[in-house]
Parts: sequence; structure tokens; C-alpha cells
Amino acid sequence: MLTWVIRRDLLLAMRRQADVLTTLFFFIIVVSLFPLGVGPEMNTLRIMAPGIVWVAALLASMLSLGRMFSNDYLDGTLEQILLSPTSLSLLVLGKMLSHWLITGVPLVLMAPVLGIQYDLPFSALVVLTLSLLLGTPILSLIGAIGAALTLGLRGGGVLVSLLVLPLYIPVLIFGAGAVEASTAGLGFEAHFSLLGAFLLASLVFAPWATAASLRISME
Amino acid sequence: MSINWYKYASPASFYFLAGKMIPYFSIAAIALLIVGLYIGFFVAPTDFQQGEAYRIIFIHVPAAWMSMFLYVVMAFWAGVGLAFNTRLSSMMATAIAPTGAMFTFIALWTGAWWGKPMWGTWWVWDARLTSELILFFLYIGFMSLQAAIDDPRRADKAGAIIALVGVVNIPIIYFSVQWWNTLHQGASVSIAQSPKMATAMLAGMLVMALAAWMYSIAMILMRARTIILERERHTAWVAELKGMTR
Repeated sequence: MLTWVIRRDLLLAMRRQADVLTTLFFFIIVVSLFPLGVGPEMNTLRIMAPGIVWVAALLASMLSLGRMFSNDYLDGTLEQILLSPTSLSLLVLGKMLSHWLITGVPLVLMAPVLGIQYDLPFSALVVLTLSLLLGTPILSLIGAIGAALTLGLRGGGVLVSLLVLPLYIPVLIFGAGAVEASTAGLGFEAHFSLLGAFLLASLVFAPWATAASLRISME
Repeated sequence: MSINWYKYASPASFYFLAGKMIPYFSIAAIALLIVGLYIGFFVAPTDFQQGEAYRIIFIHVPAAWMSMFLYVVMAFWAGVGLAFNTRLSSMMATAIAPTGAMFTFIALWTGAWWGKPMWGTWWVWDARLTSELILFFLYIGFMSLQAAIDDPRRADKAGAIIALVGVVNIPIIYFSVQWWNTLHQGASVSIAQSPKMATAMLAGMLVMALAAWMYSIAMILMRARTIILERERHTAWVAELKGMTR
């Protein structure tokens, strides 16, 4: 069932490739805006790069949360999913994973290119990409709770940012912190361990909380 | 004597109980506030390092305590409401949120006023300040989610989930912010008070904290009463109440 949900969502995303590309280009534009605002001083930019890329990834992932359930909600698929005998948490986990594959993975693949624009050394690029690889699934997992709670509400898009962004803070701190620690010559392993711990914890709890939220929203 | 607690789980009987309790808590709040402010301004000695400006802690520390405590209480009642489907518990959670947010704001604001003369800056990205700011965001998120949902039952349950997710996250956020701060810069400013505090200072702070408790209880009960009236406006007992006052 898990693979069925993922395959279906990926197929739907491939039919509407523009949506996927919009998120990616949003990410690129936000990252490109900072040098224009801060100034092209390379030494400053190099220090700011991990934080900028991570904040942009947070925003891009958050903006695409609305699509996770809303189309299924509008055409009635979500109701059928709720009625199905399969565990709702499992089906929701499938939707979270496909959200990550559609929005998270392109960001991870794009990050090294943007890092080069900010003149990051090669080792920092590797750490940045790996930290995003570990961190972006957490964003999809936690974000799904907010997306499920704001389903069908007026102003849901803005509301979801209020709910979800404070919860993203630990991911931002340790994701960007890993890159900074590695450029400072300190080990980044501790940051990665914590990111991994967050990933595992949210993998256990987020599908369950999201399933409960969906049931509340669909009552 | 045993009290039938379930009786007061009904909004109708709680409405009258709260109405009876509010005057006591209000009077206690005002009395403690007067005593606390008197101790704070006249009895407590001037701090030899911080001068007179330290006196803001008599507001600041109780507000910071209440801001954190009320969030846990709010999440507790929201969780009870979600688990046992008791309407009154969810109404209590909704009633607590604005008071908690207010104390968070006061803690941040008075902290800035204290920071300017002490640290020479209104704001530092210190671990405690940052996590208090995030707590404020969590309160705002809870309130705006409930405000956006028209159906009160759905608002209760959705709010409960976000409050519980928040309460799980608070320790994580708190520690991550603390580590983030220490990883970046060495100890620049520490908010930690010296433990050797004059007795009068400590007494003033504790009395003010009690005043904040009493104020919160009175305020929350008042707000719970209005929420009960609003939600139960179609019931017979509210109609009766209206007939009585007319």
C-alpha cells in the first residue's frame, strides 16, 4: 500500500511538472536574492551560505505543503483513503515520502550548485548536501501535521507557516550548524546524529499525529 | 466530604462555580500585587551591581514563569479534551492561551527594558530569549489556528494536536537553541542570576509570582465563562439565565 500511494503521487506530480519546478525555482530565487540584498562581498556570503540555503529550503518545503492533501481533499480521494481498511498512518507516511521525493530531493540536488555560487569549499558542499538529505525528510514529516490541520481552512497557506515554522527550528539549527562546524574544523558528526535522531522520532510520531489531524479535519 | 468532580465537568455547573470563585481570586491577586510591589519598590534593597534597574525582575521573572507554566497547563487541558472528549477541558485550553501569550509578551518586553541598561542592548540572541520568543510564536500559532476554524469542536481538537506537538517540541527547541548559542559564540552575556539574593528580593519575587498565579486563574475563569456562554447560547440553561437577568 505504501508503494501504491508513493507511485500514485509521483505519477500525479509528473503529470503536473510545473508544480514541482515552481518549488525548485522558488528555492533558487530566494537563495539568489540574498547577495543582492547583503552585497556581493564573498567573505560575508561564505559565512552566511549554509543558513541562507537552509532557510530557503525550509520556506520552499513549507510552501509546497498545501499540495500534500488539498487536491485529494477536493476531489474526494482523501475521504476514500480515510475509509480504506489499511492503516491511515501508513498511507499518510506514503504521502509524506512522496512529498519529500517531489520537493525535498530536487532541493538536495540543487544545493551544491547554489553552494558553489557562494564560494563554499568542496568539503562544506558535501556536508551541506548531506545535511539537507537528512533534514528535508523531517520537514515533510512535521509539515504534514500542519497541512492536515489547516486542510480546507480559509487562509490555510499563511496559517500553516505560523504553525510549522517554529517546529522547524531544531532542523534549521542543526542542519546549518553542521556545515558551519565542518568549515570551522570542528566535527559535524554530532549534528548529523541529532538530525538522524529527529528524523527517526518524526518518522514514528508524525504519521500518527497527521492521521489524527486528518480525521479531525474530515469529520 | 467527597466532591463530585464530574458535576463540574459540565459547563453549566462550572459556569456558576467559576462565577463564585472569581471574586476571591481577583481580590487575592490585587492584594498580593500591592504587597509584592511594595516589597519590590520599598523593602528590597538596591542591588549594588545593577542599581535600581534590577527591580524589573519583580515583573519579569513571574511573567516568564507563568508563560512557560501556562503553556503546559494549556496543553494538558487540550490533551484531556482530546482524549476524553470533555468540552469544558478544551474550553479551558482556549481560555488559557491569551493569558499565556500575554505573559510571554510581558516577559520579552520587560526583558528588553532590563537588557538596555544592563547589557546595553535591547535584544541578544541568547538561548533563553530566543526560546521565549519561540514560545510566543507557538501561542500565536495555537490561537490563530483556533480562530481560523469556525466549527468549535474541530477547533478544539485541531488546537489540541498543535498544542501537544508544541509541548513535545519545547524541550527539543530549548536545548537546540541552547546548543546553537554555545556552538556559535563563547559566553558573552549570561542571564543567570546570582543565587545569593537578598531575602527581601526573593520574597518580593515570590509574592509577585503568586499574584500572577491568582490573576491568571481569575482571568482564565472569566474568559472560560464567556466561552461557555458563547458556545452554549442555544441551551435551555443559558436561556433561563437570560430570563433571570432581564
